[in-house]
Amino acid sequence: MHPAPSVILFSTLSGLGFGLLAWLCLGLPPVTGQVAFVFFFIGYALAVGGLLASVLHLANPKNAVKAFSQWRSSWLSREGISAIVALLVVAVFAIGVIFFGVRLRAVGAVAALLCLWTVFTTAMIYTQLKTVPRWNSWTTPPIFLLHALGGGALLAGQPRLAAILLIVLGFLMAWAWIKGDEKGRAGSTMESATGLGAIGKVRQLEAPHTGENYLLREMAYRVGRKHALKLRVITLVLGYALPAALMLLVPVSHLTAVIAIAAHLAGVLAGRWLFFAEAEHVQALYYGR
Amino acid sequence: MTTLPESTETKLGLVIDLDTCVGCHACVVSCKEWNTSNYGAPLSDIDPYGAEPEGTFLNRVHSYEAMPETGCSQTVHFPKSCLHCEDAPCVTVCPTGASYKREEDGIVLVNEADCMGCGLCAWACPYGARELDMLSGVMKKCTLCVDRIYNENIPEEDRVPSCVRTCPAGARHFGDLGDPESDVSKLVAERGGMDLMPEQGTKPVNKYLPPRLKDRPSEAALEPRHEDPSGLFAWLDKALEKI
Repeated sequence: MHPAPSVILFSTLSGLGFGLLAWLCLGLPPVTGQVAFVFFFIGYALAVGGLLASVLHLANPKNAVKAFSQWRSSWLSREGISAIVALLVVAVFAIGVIFFGVRLRAVGAVAALLCLWTVFTTAMIYTQLKTVPRWNSWTTPPIFLLHALGGGALLAGQPRLAAILLIVLGFLMAWAWIKGDEKGRAGSTMESATGLGAIGKVRQLEAPHTGENYLLREMAYRVGRKHALKLRVITLVLGYALPAALMLLVPVSHLTAVIAIAAHLAGVLAGRWLFFAEAEHVQALYYGR
Repeated sequence: MTTLPESTETKLGLVIDLDTCVGCHACVVSCKEWNTSNYGAPLSDIDPYGAEPEGTFLNRVHSYEAMPETGCSQTVHFPKSCLHCEDAPCVTVCPTGASYKREEDGIVLVNEADCMGCGLCAWACPYGARELDMLSGVMKKCTLCVDRIYNENIPEEDRVPSCVRTCPAGARHFGDLGDPESDVSKLVAERGGMDLMPEQGTKPVNKYLPPRLKDRPSEAALEPRHEDPSGLFAWLDKALEKI
């Protein structure tokens, strides 16, 4: 699948933002006043910034507001609605702690759940697609949630929590890569795609068009798969192992936190790029790819 | 509404005969001609006279080679457009309600006034039947020529999809696949019409008729024409040999 920068940025940043907001709403760290303002500002900036980045990849953004209408069937619609509702409920809690020094625990708990639900809906947009077998797996939602919770805990200054979550995430990610490689295209082949398997093995003789097209650009992306192993190692080391080690083994200071967060972000972006670039779509089979 | 109708009584669709298709791409051209000037936004081309021309099409013809373990391989031309699936994943993923499946005849359409061009429906389609038009920013797909098939302003024989009307080989058939007595349903039953990627669970309405197997030279060779002569010819044969 084509790794669109806007979508990679969106899912990474908004996930981090919602993770941070979830922890803040649970009182981790128990901040109030100006400090709380700075924390919530970072959370909102990431979550909203990510959402705005996602609008950039729309070809016809003037109809974006209609995306709130189809929550009955569409995970993308549910994501949009959940994000708005979550951000509104978080705002109630944030106003309480910033301006009045009051922690509305029940509101905070609901807000945290809504933040995580939003991340879950994002994950389900990918998980639901039977056409991309690598995404169509039970591992996708927990991976998205652990990214949000682990990265959020890093930002929220919760070293032990962050380290544990990132270590679990590292193992789950590695498992998902291995399983995804095994799954391939989940039994779909050029023979099943064309129905010509009864005659024999099928190969493409001639493509339907000489040039590129939307389908090839979007769903038959192949660049960089040969670097998959290197990128996986980069993701594991920078994204999870290094921040976890810094949080557990080195005395926590602002400097170690900044290094851990920067490494985590770089690793996760590499991993998210791979999430798209490595994912094979069954329709590329029609092009013999 | 992007929830699917529970079932549609009428299931309009195409039956494509892979045995007959000669791969001339006339259906591709006529489809583009009709659909760029009628329903919805035009099908744009990018760099049409330059070095890397490309464009939006609703129908494309692939060519494959099927290679049996022994004997000759078979070349199969393979037109592909929207299959108007009964369980269309492209419809339910749509966040804006632009994608829908018509209850009255099962045609899957895009209401372009609602489409935001997110491309998720194209991701959800296993067949590559939806293309985002780069100029208009909306998703384009086969409409089964919904603006021809019910159009009382054109002669009756033209009230079929443009690709079907134009196919010089008669490889494309249009009709109601929900009616077991229709010509297309009978054709599918007789020729063993098949679904593409049945494992995806989309229940496509369009069916493909498999190419007939090729003859093997050993099985299909003609009887030897010369036999031992008898009667007058036998005498003549002998007499001539003696000379």
